Amino acid sequence: MLKPIFTFLAASLLLVGTAASAETVKLALIDPLSGPMAAAGQPAFEHLKYETKRINANGGLNGQDLEIVGLDNKVNPQESLVQLQKAIDSGVRFITQGNGSSVASALISAVEKHNQRNPGEEVLFLNYAAVDPAFTNERCSYWHFRFDANADMKMNALTDYIADNKDIEKVYLINQDYSFGQAVSKAAREMLKKKRPDIEIVGNDFHPLAKVKDFTPYVSKIQSSGADAVISGNWGQDITLLVKAAAEFGLEAPFYTYYGASSGVVTQLGDKGVDRIYQINEYYGEFEDPEMAKRQTELYEQAEWDFYYLRLSTMLDMLKKASDKAESTDPVDVAKVMEGMNLETTTGEVVMRAKDHQIQLPMFISVMKDDMEYGAEGTDYNFKKVARIDRENVSLPTTCRMRRPK
Amino acid sequence: MLEIVIFSTLNGILYGLLLFMLSSGLTLIFSMMGVLNFAHASFYMLGAYFAYTMGMEIGFWPALLLAPILVGGLGAMVEKFGLRRVHENGHVAELLFTFGLAYVIDEMVQLIWGTVAVAYREPDYMREPLFTLFGTDYSIFRGVVILIAVLMFIALWFLLKKTRVGMMIRAALTHGEMVGHLGHNVPRLFMGVFGFGCALAGLAGVIGGPLLATEPGMAVTLGPIVFVVVVVGGMGSLIGAFYASLLIGLIQTFFVAIDASVADILNALGMNVDPYGEVTGITLASLAPMTPFILLVLILIFRPRGLMGELEP
Repeated sequence: MLKPIFTFLAASLLLVGTAASAETVKLALIDPLSGPMAAAGQPAFEHLKYETKRINANGGLNGQDLEIVGLDNKVNPQESLVQLQKAIDSGVRFITQGNGSSVASALISAVEKHNQRNPGEEVLFLNYAAVDPAFTNERCSYWHFRFDANADMKMNALTDYIADNKDIEKVYLINQDYSFGQAVSKAAREMLKKKRPDIEIVGNDFHPLAKVKDFTPYVSKIQSSGADAVISGNWGQDITLLVKAAAEFGLEAPFYTYYGASSGVVTQLGDKGVDRIYQINEYYGEFEDPEMAKRQTELYEQAEWDFYYLRLSTMLDMLKKASDKAESTDPVDVAKVMEGMNLETTTGEVVMRAKDHQIQLPMFISVMKDDMEYGAEGTDYNFKKVARIDRENVSLPTTCRMRRPK
Repeated sequence: MLEIVIFSTLNGILYGLLLFMLSSGLTLIFSMMGVLNFAHASFYMLGAYFAYTMGMEIGFWPALLLAPILVGGLGAMVEKFGLRRVHENGHVAELLFTFGLAYVIDEMVQLIWGTVAVAYREPDYMREPLFTLFGTDYSIFRGVVILIAVLMFIALWFLLKKTRVGMMIRAALTHGEMVGHLGHNVPRLFMGVFGFGCALAGLAGVIGGPLLATEPGMAVTLGPIVFVVVVVGGMGSLIGAFYASLLIGLIQTFFVAIDASVADILNALGMNVDPYGEVTGITLASLAPMTPFILLVLILIFRPRGLMGELEP
């Protein structure tokens, strides 16, 4: 007697489920939500969910609500492909990822293959942080859009700033041993040679990704090399532990980083980080715009994570603008409109360059400071703007020869 | 150059002593009960998390005392209600039990404390430099860690060599059944040793937590290295574990500072190899995180019983 009732309930639940999903557009975040790099993926997830509420309140994507789905990949390329297939199987057409160019590389190839073999079911890959320059140069793909300045662009801006600083004569490079870390090191050496040939590179270290727990031997080495500055593209656990070890050993040399404001740094370092940790990023921690300040305080109140990256909001805003303009949420239509599109953001105008799907945007150098109005991680520390590099000076040419669908 | 040698030695010894704290418990448990406790590194993780949670209420030093006792108590419970029942099914069953236990503890930690690392730090006064050499600070906390590890080693030696309990343990190591026949409560001894071994791991966690990160992956990171220490030192030998931990700690720390590549070494020996080849371009510095496992392979090839282990009868 109970069996038919249960079957009826189950069936109606299924119907309710599918009915709801027909109305929302899903964006799947494939990033580390557990494991050593969880502190890089979790805040992205929370930031996206927070901004989605605002997007939906303003009409969503062409009238349809946006929904963020989190899929844990533990920065493992094979696991990411499994998650990608899982997402595709449940009807997701937009994916985003950022932590690990190794993962992004696998995803770009997988998305290309899938779109080729399944016309009508294309998937779009919105890359928010995987900055190996190859993805918008020799490996550019029509179905991939990058919303972060790539590693070469960031180094271009950073080395401009370092070149102006005559106090720096010896530079130490330390990076993760994979495509991205190698790209950072190569760009640093080439660009410094061009802009300041007198600067001596006193060290060029690579360590395995997310494996080293104790950076004290590396800090010892940096100390004895007499470096005036350290450049590192390390992210996630690797930057947090590196600067923690440097602070513990009283290393005086400043760190010029890509991801120095990663979660945990400000709490672990405290006073020892002030005026020593520099970061190149598309935003900073002053939040002079009251709208942005509101987002920082609300997000921290609701999720205990700080406003993560402005580029995540830019990505969602561009996705909305493209869907509204194309009057569709089909990835093919969205992609056609998104390339070449511009957007007004709190730091100025940004443009999604059509040639290589690389966003062009202004960048900022910021340094960790005390007594900030909007402190990070519940402290008084945050990153204060030191220099602005305009969009035109950040831009770099591309070797991309993109194959476009007819 | 000199400062690299001095600080690498200090840091290598520190890391080695931490490994010894972990592997001593494992060696004791293995020698006594024949059980390879796969969950040993998980008890290390629990020690760190317990100290973090308790430390916020009662301070660092009380937590240093209480957390290992708590972990030891937990270990004793696991032995009494879990391992003892599995014991009759043989060694493989015990192994699988501890293997599953490791997974369970991992997930429980993620459920309770979250998937992201927690800010377990030493108290502020311990972050001051103990001494400054060549412009590099060496924090008080690191000095305290070395002190605690050395004290623990002395206490362990004293316990095993000079007390009645130690005598019973040493006897049960080689003649377990006879000890039982003589009227000693061997099951209770086992429970005590298992609990004590886990307490040692917990103590390692209390100090290792601030040194290395306190996060759910810490058991998985250190676990394999502890096994390497036990195998390289010789299964069942405490002195061997001591030598092996120091060896691994020092080599791993020193190698990071050496930029010589494989080619450099081979060329210095008189051969003529391409310094930029795929394999020959690898520097000792990039090999550093791999050294425990390279050592494991070498030991198993050339001296399988380990440095101080005994030959199988």
